[in-house]
Amino acid sequence: MVVLLTGGALTLAGCTVPGPDHPKAEVFDPYEDGNRKTHEFNRAMDSALVRPAAKGYVAIVPEGIALSVGRFADNLGEPTSAVNHLMQADVPGVARNLSRFVVNVTLGFGGLFDPATDLGITADDSDFGETLHVWGAPEGAYVELPFLGPSNERDAVGKVVDVFTDPLGYVLPTREANIATGVKITSKVGDRGRYADIVDSILYESADSYAQGRSMFTQNRRHDLGIDNEDTYISPEDINTEGF
Amino acid sequence: MSYMTRRFFMGSTAAVMVAPLPAFALNNEQARSLVDGLVGEINTVIDSGKSETSMYREFERIFRQYSDLSYIAAYAMGVDARRASASQKKAFTAAFTGYISRKYGKRFREFIGGRLEVQGVKKVKSFYQVRTMAHLRGESPFELDFHVSDRTGKNLFFNMYIEGINMLLTEREEIGAMLDRRKGNIDAMIADLKSAG
Repeated sequence: MVVLLTGGALTLAGCTVPGPDHPKAEVFDPYEDGNRKTHEFNRAMDSALVRPAAKGYVAIVPEGIALSVGRFADNLGEPTSAVNHLMQADVPGVARNLSRFVVNVTLGFGGLFDPATDLGITADDSDFGETLHVWGAPEGAYVELPFLGPSNERDAVGKVVDVFTDPLGYVLPTREANIATGVKITSKVGDRGRYADIVDSILYESADSYAQGRSMFTQNRRHDLGIDNEDTYISPEDINTEGF
Repeated sequence: MSYMTRRFFMGSTAAVMVAPLPAFALNNEQARSLVDGLVGEINTVIDSGKSETSMYREFERIFRQYSDLSYIAAYAMGVDARRASASQKKAFTAAFTGYISRKYGKRFREFIGGRLEVQGVKKVKSFYQVRTMAHLRGESPFELDFHVSDRTGKNLFFNMYIEGINMLLTEREEIGAMLDRRKGNIDAMIADLKSAG
């Protein structure tokens, strides 16, 4: 059964798997040439469109409103998280996402505020990329996606599937669904503005922005998924410090 | 978990952690107190309302006092250190210290209006991992871990994980990329480092 499920998840995710000699901590990137071209495209899009829009957004929109837009967009993600936690058989996770959604819609003025966190029901997001991980699918090769940025094969499949796992997509009428999509995009632009310094430092100030993005995304994503491999921790005896 | 079970659990983990390493000098309390001091200093600087430049000077002092800079610099240079001369190593450590103080100082500056809280200590391999939580305005708290060792005879942190992102690894990649851009010329890389971060 387990073998069958794992096999199914592997096939479903269609991930490329590195050879046995590949070091665990290193990012598997067989498509580097293509990825770098996508990265250049993303960087050009960012400097021509996204960055100026984000700078304008944070300059015009008061911080309180921008935060509310972000919270509203996050709250719209709760049903998707609940569906994914259900597929992961994570019942407390499902309960958490549903209570957050209900509390924030009712007490939080439709989700503009986040009283759930104040009540101790803290956020626990999930997505289909995580579900695939829980089912045993490997991370696959690193990919940089156009517009969306750093990812890997497993998460890229997850993003496509999550278009269909969002219950709101089936419930909301077209007009409201379009508004929801608009809010989510606005929230992303807001994030680009809010974290402008760190994003700029990675994209425009590092010596190799592609490599920094690849490394930071992968480390952060593995951490989010709870893959904290203590074997990969660097020991204080690993290096000869003579002369430094 | 009831209080009794929790206490038993904590008692037994402590025993497991201490038993195999009776001669180890650094302990949980010392690792924690180093990070308590460090967090206290960072919180003081971000609350001080000082100008950006004087904050970076403060962060540089904090790095010098609390971190194992020769280890961090040596790790960041990686295998290229084998062909570096003694004076290049010295110059690199000096430039690198300013660079990471500016770079990570910028991140710490984003904590203005927020705070860092020490959560707990755990022994990993030959060092201690001190977990802190960064609480920033309008954001979910995130993990910031410090890895503390007494390798030098002093208790210092030699690595930092920001939401799972390993400082040593990230900086080794960045220094490697800076060297590649200068076709492996160490002196040119050191010159670039002085204005980077």
